[in-house]
Amino acid sequence: MDCYTANWNPLGDSAFYRKYELYSMDWDLKEDLRDCLVAAAPYGGPIALLRNPWRKEKAASVRPVLEIYSASGMPLATLMWKSGPVVSLGWSAEEELLCVQEDGVVLVYGLHGDFRRHFSMGNEVLQNRVLDARIFHTEFGSGVAILTGAHRFTLSANVSDLKLRRMPEVPGLQGAPSCWTTLCRDRVAHILLAVGPDLYLLDHAACSPVTLPGLAAGVSSFLQMAVSFTSRHLAVFTDTGYIWMGTASFKEKLCEFNCNIRAPPKQMVWCSRPRSKERAVVVAWERRLMVVGDAPESIQFVLDEDSYLVPELDGVRIFSRTTHEFLHEVPVASEEIFKIASMAPGALLLEAQKEYEKESQKADEYLREIQELGQLPQAVQQCIEAAGHEHWPDMQKSLLRAASFGKCFLDRFPPDSFVRMCQDLRILNAIRDYHIGIPLTYSQYKQLTIQVLLDRLVLRRLYPLAIQICEYLRLPEVQGVSRILAHWACYKLLEYEPRSGEQVPLLLKMKRSKLALSKAIESGDTDLVFTVLLHLKNELNRGDFFMTLRNQPMALSLYRQFCKHQELETLKDLYNQDDNHQELGSFHIRASYTTEEHVEGRVAALQKAAEAFNKAKNDFAAKATEDQMRLLRLQRCLEDELGGRFLDLSVHDTVTTLILGGQNKRAEQVARDFRIPDKRLWWLKLTALADLEDWEELEKFSKSKKSPIGYLPFVEICMKQHNKYEAKKYASRVGPEQKVKALLLVGDVAQAADVAIEHRNEAEMSLVLSHCTGATDGVTADKIQRARAQAQKK
Amino acid sequence: MAAHLSYGRVNLNVLREAVRRELREFLDKCAGSKAIVWDEYLTGPFGLIAQYSLLKEHEVEKMFTLKGSRLPAADVKNIIFFVRPRLELMDIIAENVLSEDRRGPARDFHILFVPRRSLLCEQRLKDLGVLGSFIHREEYSLDLIPFDGDLLSMESEGAFKECYLESDQTSLYHAAKGLMTLQALYGTIPQIFGKGECARQVANMMIRMKREFTGSQNSIFPVFDNLLLLDRNVDLLTPLATQLTYEGLIDEIYGIQNSFVKLPPEKFASKKQGDSGKDLPTEAKKLQLNSAEELYAEIRDKNFNAVGSVLSKKAKVISAAFEERHNAKTVGEIKQFVSQLPHMQAARGSLANHTSIAELIKDVTTSEDFFDKLTVEQEFMSGIDTDKVNSYIEDCIAQKHPLIKVLRLVCLQSVCNSGLKQKVLDYYKREILQTYGFEHILTLHNLEKAGLLKPQTGGRNNYPTIRKTLRLWMDDVNEQNPTDISYVYSGYAPLSVRLAQLLSRPGWRSIEEVLRILPGPHFEERQPLPTGLQKKRQPGENRITLIFFLGGVTFAEIAALRFLSQLEDGGTEYVVATTKLMNGASWIESLMEKPF
Repeated sequence: MDCYTANWNPLGDSAFYRKYELYSMDWDLKEDLRDCLVAAAPYGGPIALLRNPWRKEKAASVRPVLEIYSASGMPLATLMWKSGPVVSLGWSAEEELLCVQEDGVVLVYGLHGDFRRHFSMGNEVLQNRVLDARIFHTEFGSGVAILTGAHRFTLSANVSDLKLRRMPEVPGLQGAPSCWTTLCRDRVAHILLAVGPDLYLLDHAACSPVTLPGLAAGVSSFLQMAVSFTSRHLAVFTDTGYIWMGTASFKEKLCEFNCNIRAPPKQMVWCSRPRSKERAVVVAWERRLMVVGDAPESIQFVLDEDSYLVPELDGVRIFSRTTHEFLHEVPVASEEIFKIASMAPGALLLEAQKEYEKESQKADEYLREIQELGQLPQAVQQCIEAAGHEHWPDMQKSLLRAASFGKCFLDRFPPDSFVRMCQDLRILNAIRDYHIGIPLTYSQYKQLTIQVLLDRLVLRRLYPLAIQICEYLRLPEVQGVSRILAHWACYKLLEYEPRSGEQVPLLLKMKRSKLALSKAIESGDTDLVFTVLLHLKNELNRGDFFMTLRNQPMALSLYRQFCKHQELETLKDLYNQDDNHQELGSFHIRASYTTEEHVEGRVAALQKAAEAFNKAKNDFAAKATEDQMRLLRLQRCLEDELGGRFLDLSVHDTVTTLILGGQNKRAEQVARDFRIPDKRLWWLKLTALADLEDWEELEKFSKSKKSPIGYLPFVEICMKQHNKYEAKKYASRVGPEQKVKALLLVGDVAQAADVAIEHRNEAEMSLVLSHCTGATDGVTADKIQRARAQAQKK
Repeated sequence: MAAHLSYGRVNLNVLREAVRRELREFLDKCAGSKAIVWDEYLTGPFGLIAQYSLLKEHEVEKMFTLKGSRLPAADVKNIIFFVRPRLELMDIIAENVLSEDRRGPARDFHILFVPRRSLLCEQRLKDLGVLGSFIHREEYSLDLIPFDGDLLSMESEGAFKECYLESDQTSLYHAAKGLMTLQALYGTIPQIFGKGECARQVANMMIRMKREFTGSQNSIFPVFDNLLLLDRNVDLLTPLATQLTYEGLIDEIYGIQNSFVKLPPEKFASKKQGDSGKDLPTEAKKLQLNSAEELYAEIRDKNFNAVGSVLSKKAKVISAAFEERHNAKTVGEIKQFVSQLPHMQAARGSLANHTSIAELIKDVTTSEDFFDKLTVEQEFMSGIDTDKVNSYIEDCIAQKHPLIKVLRLVCLQSVCNSGLKQKVLDYYKREILQTYGFEHILTLHNLEKAGLLKPQTGGRNNYPTIRKTLRLWMDDVNEQNPTDISYVYSGYAPLSVRLAQLLSRPGWRSIEEVLRILPGPHFEERQPLPTGLQKKRQPGENRITLIFFLGGVTFAEIAALRFLSQLEDGGTEYVVATTKLMNGASWIESLMEKPF
């Protein structure tokens, strides 16, 4: 028993502080805490670490990693941070992790690393960037306060009902304040900041200077400030190594202390217990921890490792790579019982019970002593209460045994306080287990209430434990088991609900949009996918949204389709993101027809297209696009020069139009410039001249050189224009293979027959025969029949 | 009205009745007089399900086409919008509803989404502030529409483009839903075979959907033995070739829409009216083509070259039958003759129509250009000169023949050569852009994305291997009395149908190598049946395979499958389902992009 108070440290005459280990940490941290952004939620909540937070000097390839652990260091989630640089992390009252990015976007994650939503702290923040940020708690919820690069503050007092407030300017503020904090007064969030030797309080309307009563002289700047858990008290640490502690209303000084350390502390937090008169703050430096209160001496601890302080309702949690400890003021009941040489009734009862167990008669003596003073009920009560404040079950048991022993000698001691404490401790011990990792103290537990605790267990998906607790406490079904089962069912449903049409909207409602997306994709129901996509689009910032799409090709292509009809600019961004230069090229080509009206604009769009095609290594398309640019410019010149309509004609039609307009030279020029193949050019000219019925020119053309397409087309086109006379001119020039055809076309059946017979070509002969109609051709027909018969004889 | 749907092995009238019932139920939900506002695209397919008389019976008094601004005046209690779930249509509906509210007595609005309700669309209506105006918002799962006794189509125009160009699986989802509906009516299909990426996805969706409805055990005795899911991109070749069956040619030349064809009226001028020269009809002649017409059922799937002889034989039979009246002496004989008269007159009308159609087609098929085109196609398909620039195609371009025709030929050459040499491809592309306009570069990109046009990679041409293994080219084709499916293209046996044929006998294991060359996975899934529902096939009883073409099917392919169904020792009868009935021209057109 002597050693029990070994870890008690007196602060002044009236109070003891003790520090004990909650857990040896289970996590396997590769880095020092100082290299991480850290956020730990109060009420024994989870710890978030962002490893490798964005640092300029580090290679961009090292992505930050966001990890979430229980208070005992059990991993709950790990995810690669793919969004922007994070300035600050913090937990909301609902145990949601808020990650404040440099651009003022706050991303909200669940305990299991599931993305919930995001919101922005406004344009001003976006423009000036976030210099510093705090997540704070008020009675209405959790808020975010931002200090921007322009040294202005923006805050939102409740992130679930986002109302941004830009705080007034601080007159004459040149640089960042040396320290600042949020402060809740009269249900309104304020900002207290220190600039040199001055303090200012900002509310939404004004900036007012603040003087702290009884502040020592000679302060030239403030290095740290801390507001107590209940927002009632304020402590400031000055550059003179002086600590002032007083009320947050700035009306009263409680105490002061000079620690003579001028180095700025890493952290300073209040360490006080509700309903205690003692006021103390814990100040942490690199390797030193100091508890300072209304006493000339402080309590000092050495820190072996990088440590992080978490203020709690009734003390301070301190965790490092290896351990997690709790530092608090020893509660009254414990102090009464365990203080050395205590004669308090509880202390005597504990002694009595121990002696009783040893079967010593001293037990009776102690008991008698209490009873004579009539203090047995108090003794029992003290033991019960003290048990509640003990962390170690053995000690809890021995105190409860003492209480139970004492109760035997009382007639009418109401049993419920004893029973309730037994129940509470059982629950507390269960959740403190390192598997669960919620190290609540009795006071915290009572403050939090069992309902909230159950919610938190559900949040951690610890359904069986939550149900056991409900059953153990015999909570009404509505509050207890069935509510948890509903949660559980919901969770399971999400996992196992086979009908995606049901599952996906449910997931969206539960803010599990990414899971919703993959489930929707799995179902093949594109409408469902679209629905989730549009939801995600509103929920995520653009970068994250695109990133999500990138990992889901099916969703991406659907979204592209959507953009094609609804948001063309976004479509371009999507192609850009994917380096899809081929599609970008097509995009610009479309633009050159639809969005641009003037030739120069169209050419510019085509220029972009050509560049994209070059990047896509599509040489053909790049070349074709450049040709089109050339063509457009040429067509505009032609319109200016010759009048008429040239724009958007093909090269082929441009040349044709020129010929039809009598511009033969220009036509030749264009054909050469665009390297129209000879054969097609002949077809083109032939058709155009025949359309013009310029037979003279056609004949000249036919004689310009040997036709690469032969002369049958000439015959055909003349006949098409019903000019047999011209047709006959060309029929004679048709090569032997097509001669028969040509002769038949111009209606010279007899000659056709002669040629066919000469060719001794059976097919040709029957072709001619099929053209033999009426009496006039009778002779010819006979001639062929004879030739055929002769051929058969041979 | 739809008796022909029940002629086949599977009574598809059951499906038609089911969808009709669903429609009636919806109409009755909106009590009182009604006006229907139609998404124009739906009217064709709906015509195959319900005529106006059905709608009228359910108090539909007016019908309008969906278009912007105000609705036409109509003194009805209900306004019902029949629409596909498309955002642009929602905007129009909202415009209608908003301009309606300002005048006259309030009317009830309803909306019927075909084939599926859409959260996205409802959200849009909500954003536009009109969602609350609709009393009933329902879906009408009209996925597969019965076209004939052995033919179902979703008539989803953009299915191929969406699936292969845009990776949008909406139509696949509808296909899977349609198959689920079919299974609900005709029993679980015990075996699913498939080839291709989309086929795989549809099968996956079906399996998933089945899991979603595990509660309701299907207790219908299965009608279908197999389901074969085929991706269109497994066989890009077939639709590119010109179909040479009667029905195929009608479609190629005039286009069959929702089983109707519109023909030039001149040939159909009524001859009885005497000198018809004065009042030649100017409106196109609209005819419905399906197996309800006895003669059409007989000739639709024949090679066009075999149609003439059938028609002239029929003509003789019919005129002989009419001659019978001279032999009818007794009152009884006359009575009997008269009783047959309506049927004979119908037959005569049918014969006249088809004779006219055949003449129209013959004008085309005997043209020199048709012959030249066919020659080139056949050369490509039999593997001749597929690797160099073809002079016929060149001339077509130079003479500015329709672009679709040119693209179809170039794509055919590319497919038959497993892609074109870069130089050849670039030449064609350049010629097309220079002649038809640069804007078609977008179309060319689409064709390349779909794999219809591509540069040869790896320098290897797989087509000869595929052609030989699957016997795609048959030299000795009998067009009059065919012995092989190759008659439908006068020599070329459609790849898709060959795959189906080989699956049924001897099984795909024999062609593993070719299956690996063709794109996409091939697979087999079993859907277990409770023992009571397992089929015991009678000896000689044919299996029934439902073959689903994802991305479209041509009439020639359907003809080839019908040919297989009718083979004495075929062993398998086919029911065909598809996302769209199409031909090479409509297919290429769906892939074309016109930026202005």
